[in-house]
Amino acid sequence: MASNSGSSSSSDRQRIAQQRLRIIAGHLQRSEDGDSSSTVLLAAECKAQESQKTAGCSGEEKTVPRKRHEIMKWNGWGYSDSRFLFNKKGQAEFTGKRYRLSGMIIPGLKDWFEGTFGASLQHKTPATPVLTSSSVPPPTLNEAFVEELKSTGIPFSLEAEDRVFRAHGHCLHEIFALREGKFGRVPDMVVWPNCHNDVVKIVELACKHNVCLMPYGGGTSVSSALECPPEETRSIVSLDTSQMNRILWIDEKNLTAHVEAGIVGQDLERLLNESGYCTGHEPDSMEFSSLGGWVATRASGMKKNIYGNIEDLSQFSDGFAVVNIVRTDNFFSLSLMPKAERLHQGQPPLLQDEEPWVWSPEVTMKIRPMPEYQKYGSVVFPNFEQGVACLREVAKQRCAPASIRLMDNEQFKFGHALKPQVSSIFTSFLDGLKKFYITKFKGFDPNHLCVATLLFEGDREKVLQHEKQVYDIAAKFGGLAAGEDNGQRGYMLTFVIAYLRDLGMDYYVIGESFETSVPWDRVLDICRNVKARIVAECKDKGVQFSPLSTCRVTQTYDAGACVYFYFAFNYRGLSDPVHVYEQVEHAAREEILANGGSLSHHHGVGKLRKEWMRDTVSNVGMGMLKSVKDYVDPKNIFGNRNLL
Amino acid sequence: MASEAVYSHRDPMLKKRDDFEDILEERRNSSDLRYALRCYTPVLYKGMTPCKANTLKSMVLQSNQLRYVISQVSKETGRATDDVREDASAILEEMAHSLQLSTVRFFAFTLSKVFKTLFRSICVNEEGIQRLQQAIQEHPVVLLPSHRSYMDFLLMSYILYTYDLALPVIAAGMDFMGMKFVGEMLRMSGAFFIRRSFGGDKLYWSVFSEYVKTMLKNGFAPVEFFLEGTRSRTAKSLTPKLGLLNIVMDPFFKGEVYDVSVVPVSISYERILEEALYAREMLGVPKPKESTSGLFKARKVLSEDYGSIHVYFGQPVSVRSLAQGRVNRCQFNLVPRHIPGKPSEEIQNFVNDTAYRLVRAQEENMVLKPWVLLASLLLQNHHQNQTAGQERGIALDELTAQAVWLRDVSREYGAFLNWPGVMTPSEVVSSSLSLHRGLLEQGASRRRHSRRGALEPGSRRPLLRLVQEPGAARLHPTGPAASAIHAATSNQKQEVFNSFSFLRNMFSNEFILCPGATVQDFEEACYLLVKTRALQVTQQEVLVTERGQRTLAFLTSMLDPFLQGYQVICRFLCEEVADTLTEKQFIPAVRKFIVKHLLAGRLRYTEVLSSDLQKNALAALLRLGAVRKIKGAEPGTLKVNAVMVNSLEDTLGGKLPMQKAVSARL
Repeated sequence: MASNSGSSSSSDRQRIAQQRLRIIAGHLQRSEDGDSSSTVLLAAECKAQESQKTAGCSGEEKTVPRKRHEIMKWNGWGYSDSRFLFNKKGQAEFTGKRYRLSGMIIPGLKDWFEGTFGASLQHKTPATPVLTSSSVPPPTLNEAFVEELKSTGIPFSLEAEDRVFRAHGHCLHEIFALREGKFGRVPDMVVWPNCHNDVVKIVELACKHNVCLMPYGGGTSVSSALECPPEETRSIVSLDTSQMNRILWIDEKNLTAHVEAGIVGQDLERLLNESGYCTGHEPDSMEFSSLGGWVATRASGMKKNIYGNIEDLSQFSDGFAVVNIVRTDNFFSLSLMPKAERLHQGQPPLLQDEEPWVWSPEVTMKIRPMPEYQKYGSVVFPNFEQGVACLREVAKQRCAPASIRLMDNEQFKFGHALKPQVSSIFTSFLDGLKKFYITKFKGFDPNHLCVATLLFEGDREKVLQHEKQVYDIAAKFGGLAAGEDNGQRGYMLTFVIAYLRDLGMDYYVIGESFETSVPWDRVLDICRNVKARIVAECKDKGVQFSPLSTCRVTQTYDAGACVYFYFAFNYRGLSDPVHVYEQVEHAAREEILANGGSLSHHHGVGKLRKEWMRDTVSNVGMGMLKSVKDYVDPKNIFGNRNLL
Repeated sequence: MASEAVYSHRDPMLKKRDDFEDILEERRNSSDLRYALRCYTPVLYKGMTPCKANTLKSMVLQSNQLRYVISQVSKETGRATDDVREDASAILEEMAHSLQLSTVRFFAFTLSKVFKTLFRSICVNEEGIQRLQQAIQEHPVVLLPSHRSYMDFLLMSYILYTYDLALPVIAAGMDFMGMKFVGEMLRMSGAFFIRRSFGGDKLYWSVFSEYVKTMLKNGFAPVEFFLEGTRSRTAKSLTPKLGLLNIVMDPFFKGEVYDVSVVPVSISYERILEEALYAREMLGVPKPKESTSGLFKARKVLSEDYGSIHVYFGQPVSVRSLAQGRVNRCQFNLVPRHIPGKPSEEIQNFVNDTAYRLVRAQEENMVLKPWVLLASLLLQNHHQNQTAGQERGIALDELTAQAVWLRDVSREYGAFLNWPGVMTPSEVVSSSLSLHRGLLEQGASRRRHSRRGALEPGSRRPLLRLVQEPGAARLHPTGPAASAIHAATSNQKQEVFNSFSFLRNMFSNEFILCPGATVQDFEEACYLLVKTRALQVTQQEVLVTERGQRTLAFLTSMLDPFLQGYQVICRFLCEEVADTLTEKQFIPAVRKFIVKHLLAGRLRYTEVLSSDLQKNALAALLRLGAVRKIKGAEPGTLKVNAVMVNSLEDTLGGKLPMQKAVSARL
């Protein structure tokens, strides 16, 4: 299936690119079996992209079109054609063709769903099906700005659909409101700059006419960063960067690439792959989130152990246009935060990178040759404590694979419930045997055991060697290798989790994820306490069924780890579920901070976590941030009011 | 949920208390041996399996905190780390419990026998037991029983064993360990031993705190200790000691556990085993050293009837909810948690307040027996007759009538009174009196108060007991309020409040008074007195009603011995102390002075002889600055500010208006 992508010479590079694509497809896309069209299509698309490069600032047929709502859900996650649903037989299935899980039946999900949340398929809470434009507030326009903008020829829109789509990220309260057909303040117009120069023109006009600009990248923010400040009286213009999605040049000598900031993760990776390179930056949202957003929030990709987090990747950003892009920086409390390692390397604590202050339409970033070999793996531990001890040891020996994640027991069960129907009796027999071996022979308690998922990358020999090293360490902590399949499914979970939330919301279940970074000695404590706090708060606020409260350790650093929490509950019987949800999330964040966790690891502060900024960075820190903002953007043109 | 149990409720009468169940009844009807050998499978915190004593020790020795302190001590003293570790290990050996089920079973058997002969019943609130069982599964639990008798911790373990609950590990004073054989028995039943004072010994403190924390954090067993630190010999609660409470809260502050449940337990004895001993101590005879032979000699107490015991397991209190908004746990984020540090002021205040609240919670659930009421009536009658020079004694029917009155009053004040409903009042009175026969004399037709002179201890003891008990916690606001009304020169509310505040301040070493709650207590007292129609309170004035005269007189006379006691001590300091004296000299000297006055008949209350009261008074004077400790000279040298002491004495005696520097206004 590799070389049918068309015209040019099927060079080595092209071949490697195809291979690379398959690897990504491994945890993103539907795999080779039968339908290889999606892969082919993607590869074909890149060629088109290549040719467009010469065509300058005009573009069409993008992964992310201007009219996003044509292929994506306006009130949920991801592509319109992909969603979970319970079919007539009551079995869960995933629609569409895009993913590995697409078109498959997931037999275990219903029982897990009903058992965990006390939800029932009889009780539905369907979303408002269509967006009624009349209920969207009419735009407040700055006529002079609009007139001058027209003369530049930069495309813009005043349509309700476009404006609503850019008025939100993916926080629970935002999606919940959309599903109910409720809209708060939405941007008054959307513009689509096509290149650097367009951005310059727009910002100049905005300054001239005093218009508020809110950059919009992938729209995957989970920090309320895209919410229009209700107190904003000026016209709000959403600056959608999706059309700025080209790789401008690749420097193979220095292994850097210069890229427009609007490019989404999957495009960036695909385009680089074609040239035989990759960034290796794979955050869970990489299908939709944009480079600009990553830089602004200090994103962290799952393979950061090899490739680094975004701040290690991006070298220069050509910053001119003022403060605060889509989401804002996550600062670390000046305690023993992993990322605070950089403090010890002599960098000043606050203004170490300029990204949060300067919105960069273009970014120069490091690239790497594509890895030759990739392998998943997993390890079962008798309990979470042992698992954490093992991860700590791996971090200590600095031999972490590209990705290593530890799921707790609840999440392991969750992942298990997502197992697609097995095709052969043999596989199910084998599964049964595995289960028997682990629980009966090895004596692991199925209610305590937990799983670490692994991903190795590099050249084949090294990967195998590395794998052995990691498994040896794991064995010291009672870990048993549990196969590639479990590992792969673990990563799949993180890509489909947002789709699953939409399913939950159809049946009275709401949920969210949040993250933190924490020193190693507190990992266990923070996991226990935050989970317990969530359960206690839910009970306290009248949630009838015990919530799902689960966590995983997703990144390891020398001094600490990143911990990710999922939390969801059944809201039947609550009059104001979103408020309850917000109270619980607030309490959970307080618990995180009280237990030595940071305000955010990679989601950013936005408006959601702004209230803790002062405690985190101190008055002096706030003063410094404020004065930078005042210096760079005295008229508050980039007025999304995040962070400060 | 649980926090409300500690914060006092506005209306005590609405307070619902659980019913009691007698656990001895079953023992009387079935085999003790089978009971001692029955299957015992308590549930533990989060389904933990119990931990061997040796595993626990090695966990402590390997803990980061201890390792850190060991290396520090070794650096400071220049000794080898291994030596210091040996020391730590020896300390741990001396301290650690070695709970063994066989010993527990032995105790279960023998205690069943002993309890059945000593007590009529041991009543336990089963709902409290259920709450405790729930709490043990959810969070690490700390049990805080009141401490009036040696029996307390054996009794606690006995009850927990009976209900198939996890056996606690108990912090006991080192003096028990001095008792041959018995010490080891106690150790095997779950006691661990701590030195009474180890202020400067960093290593000791570290081993000790780590030991307690390890047990608590891992939820191996509930940790039990006595907030008051030692047995209260006066039946009044003692000022709580904060060290252990600090230690058990620490894992919560540092996020090592999600929460800690603290369960106050109130144990009320109808008659304490040690009553003779305490009564002697109250007259200043020092406490004898604990020894096995002493215990053996004391076996004669086994032949008497000690009535019933009531054990009330209070509402588990969540440290988390208490600390909510009061303690900022982020303060531990910047320093590695195993490095020991002095608790911040915020935490000290919090622990201190919590300790007081917990002691109050214990007091509130103390059960009052009819005898307590009778004793107070008898004593007041005795004192009144003494002053009036009348014939001593009181007629039985008069006593009964008064007791009924007092019963109703104390119920109104929310006292937890255990007055048998099925008996007529006179039956109740005679049954109570028969239990304490030794303390009373009976004339041909009248019950007489014992007349064996001022040094007859038994007759005096109940009063002090009573001070703590009628309406337990209720007395504290109302008692001083009543005295304040009595003492105030006018009916002005502000003036009454000033007096109240003065008395409260004066006696805050004597009674358990929550720090900083003066206004709240005053309002609560007024509320109660108004509610029972003893007072009328307007914007400006406080008026005693017709109906209230008797109640207030009663309450006032409860506080009288203390007023007089403090007054005498002030007088002593003014008259006898020329310049300075040492702390050691204080007690004997003041005793001599008091005895002189007693014999001369200038003093009514022999309670003043109690060394406890004398020490408290001195502490109060030190706190108020009327007496100062001077540095330099012999340690513990005291200097008296004669003017101030003089004015305090006059104020107490009612010669001066009580104008305590009032910072808190109404």
